[in-house]
Amino acid sequence: MVAIGQGSKQSIHDSLSNMGSNMITVSPASNLNGGVKISGSSFQTLTSKDIVALKREAQYITDISPSVSAKGQAINGAQNWPTTMSGVDPAYLDIRKLSLKDGIAFTEQDVLTSAKVCLIGQTVIDNLFPNQNPVGKVIRFGNIPFQIIGVLNPKGQNAFGQDQDDILIAPYTTVQKRILATIYYQNIYASASNEQVTDAAVTEMTNILRESHRLRSDEDNDFQVRTQEELINTLSSTSSLLTVLLTVIAGISLVIGGIGIMNIMYVSVTERTREIGLRMSIGARGKDILMQFLAEAVLISITGGIIGVLLGILSCRIVTLTLGWPTIISESSVVLSFIVCALTGIFFGYYPAQKASRLDPIEALRYE
Amino acid sequence: MSGRILEIKDLKREFTMGVETVRALKGISFTVEAGEFVTIMGSSGSGKTTLLNILGCLDKPSIGDYLLDGVDVKKLSRDELAQLRNHKIGFVFQAYNLLPRTTALENVELPLLYNKDISSELRRERAIKALEAVKLADRHDHTPSQLSGGQQQRVAIARALVNEPVMILADEATGNLDSRTSYEIMALMQELNQTQGKTIVFVTHEPDIASFSSRTIMLRDGIIQKDTKNESPRSAREVLDNLPKRITFPTGF
Ligand SMILES: Nc1ncnc2c1ncn2[C@@H]1O[C@H](COP(=O)(O)OP(=O)(O)OP(=O)(O)O)[C@@H](O)[C@H]1O
Ligand SMILES: [Mg+2]
Repeated sequence: MVAIGQGSKQSIHDSLSNMGSNMITVSPASNLNGGVKISGSSFQTLTSKDIVALKREAQYITDISPSVSAKGQAINGAQNWPTTMSGVDPAYLDIRKLSLKDGIAFTEQDVLTSAKVCLIGQTVIDNLFPNQNPVGKVIRFGNIPFQIIGVLNPKGQNAFGQDQDDILIAPYTTVQKRILATIYYQNIYASASNEQVTDAAVTEMTNILRESHRLRSDEDNDFQVRTQEELINTLSSTSSLLTVLLTVIAGISLVIGGIGIMNIMYVSVTERTREIGLRMSIGARGKDILMQFLAEAVLISITGGIIGVLLGILSCRIVTLTLGWPTIISESSVVLSFIVCALTGIFFGYYPAQKASRLDPIEALRYE
Repeated sequence: MSGRILEIKDLKREFTMGVETVRALKGISFTVEAGEFVTIMGSSGSGKTTLLNILGCLDKPSIGDYLLDGVDVKKLSRDELAQLRNHKIGFVFQAYNLLPRTTALENVELPLLYNKDISSELRRERAIKALEAVKLADRHDHTPSQLSGGQQQRVAIARALVNEPVMILADEATGNLDSRTSYEIMALMQELNQTQGKTIVFVTHEPDIASFSSRTIMLRDGIIQKDTKNESPRSAREVLDNLPKRITFPTGF
């Protein structure tokens, strides 16, 4: 269980770093507007004015791209597939560390002319162009024909389990004008020149955007600037919670198992009362009997531990294979589980063993 | 081996059960010299087992002194008593009390497991010798369930011998056996007593069994009624030889 927790933590970290750890995201934020809080995504505050201001003034960022996205049905002849079209700037590919497997990317020129071209993800290809090369083909999205000019390298699922390859990427102007008919952006993506300056970049961008939105000093931001680092931290803490939760469950199982051991040892002590009496009469001291029963309790719990670790490894494999959750079996957790097993054996075996060691030899021998 | 193995003086043992007090032993004194074969007789409830438990350091007297091989038992702690039992006493019980699912050899080795001065090789060697002494050299690997009652009792006697005790204590050791097997056990006891000079204190109900010993102490209601030396004990070996042969069926029956 700890393996699942640690595994998910590691995978979240990996996949977010993979997205670009110096990536900064700006999204519209809810703002108190006459006391009514409006959800962020429906709030429209980011415009081309902001992009211009950021491009002109920001020093810590290298690439910047607006983003708008539209959900819809992609159609190729008789095949169709529900997917998402992201409208972005060519710089977006660098920011998100996306690369092309085939074809070419669209250009600034395509952005200026709102060209009806797009890049296609592997999942969409699998559903619309099974066993065909899609480059050069035309698909319809929202009743508009788009020419496919490039194929994206597959990225797999992200930390939330979303398929990152189920996507079409087009110039943002095209999506804004031809599909959504809006002048607003849903997000702005940027990348800091390196990881060390991300915090400075965030501050700088916040100031520029406040100015561009003409916010007075007593007004809250009507947008939100976030780095990957924050996202990593939030998600890691969620997954730490998962680890804690699983550990608590494991702990409860341990107590139940321990009580089981205590029960077994009690039965064993009672059943073997005569044996204990005999051992005492031929010279076993109280502590010899105590050690004997403690050793048996530890033996039982360690045997349980071995079976448990084997089952654990097996179930980790199964979880990884069937659910696709990553799991990490660390040496420390195996060693720890053996120590915990031995301690459980000693802790829960102690009371029955002590009872055995304090028996009166005469009465124990006479026990039926 | 000579000298005084045990000496008890005005020994009393009382059990309190709630308000009632049972006086099991009411003042007993006697001494046993090395090499004696003593039987303790008496009717049921006369205090034989109570006395034997005290002699075997499993129990302590309420009042009175007990010297075992020169050691004053009264002053010893629980652990020291365990050590004393381990080094100086061999017990034989009516119900054999062998560990089940454990081989004869391992059963015999058991007392030496609690003696740290004895290495595992020496332990094995002594256990093999003890099994030879009770004529079970060919039954090392048999578990109790694979042995007859008489054989189990002989394993138990080997276990009592293995730590080379100064004294063997037996409580109705023949109580569960038929008379022929009882005589075999008594022949073994006599042999250990005569050839190895082991001191034996043997509790029994049966005058027949007592006649094999060199001295008989009669208990009655917690006091010694009679303490008689037997100048010419019967030989269990001879009795066995004179017994009609076991009935054997002709082959093909
Ligand atoms: N633990 C005890 N608590 C109370 N009374 C006891 C205890 N042990 C023995 N007695 C009493 O002491 C008396 C002597 O008992 P003991 O067992 O010594 O008799 P015994 O001579 O061995 O009898 P048997 O031949 O039947 O074995 C009996 O009256 C018995 O009830
Ligand atoms: Mg008795």
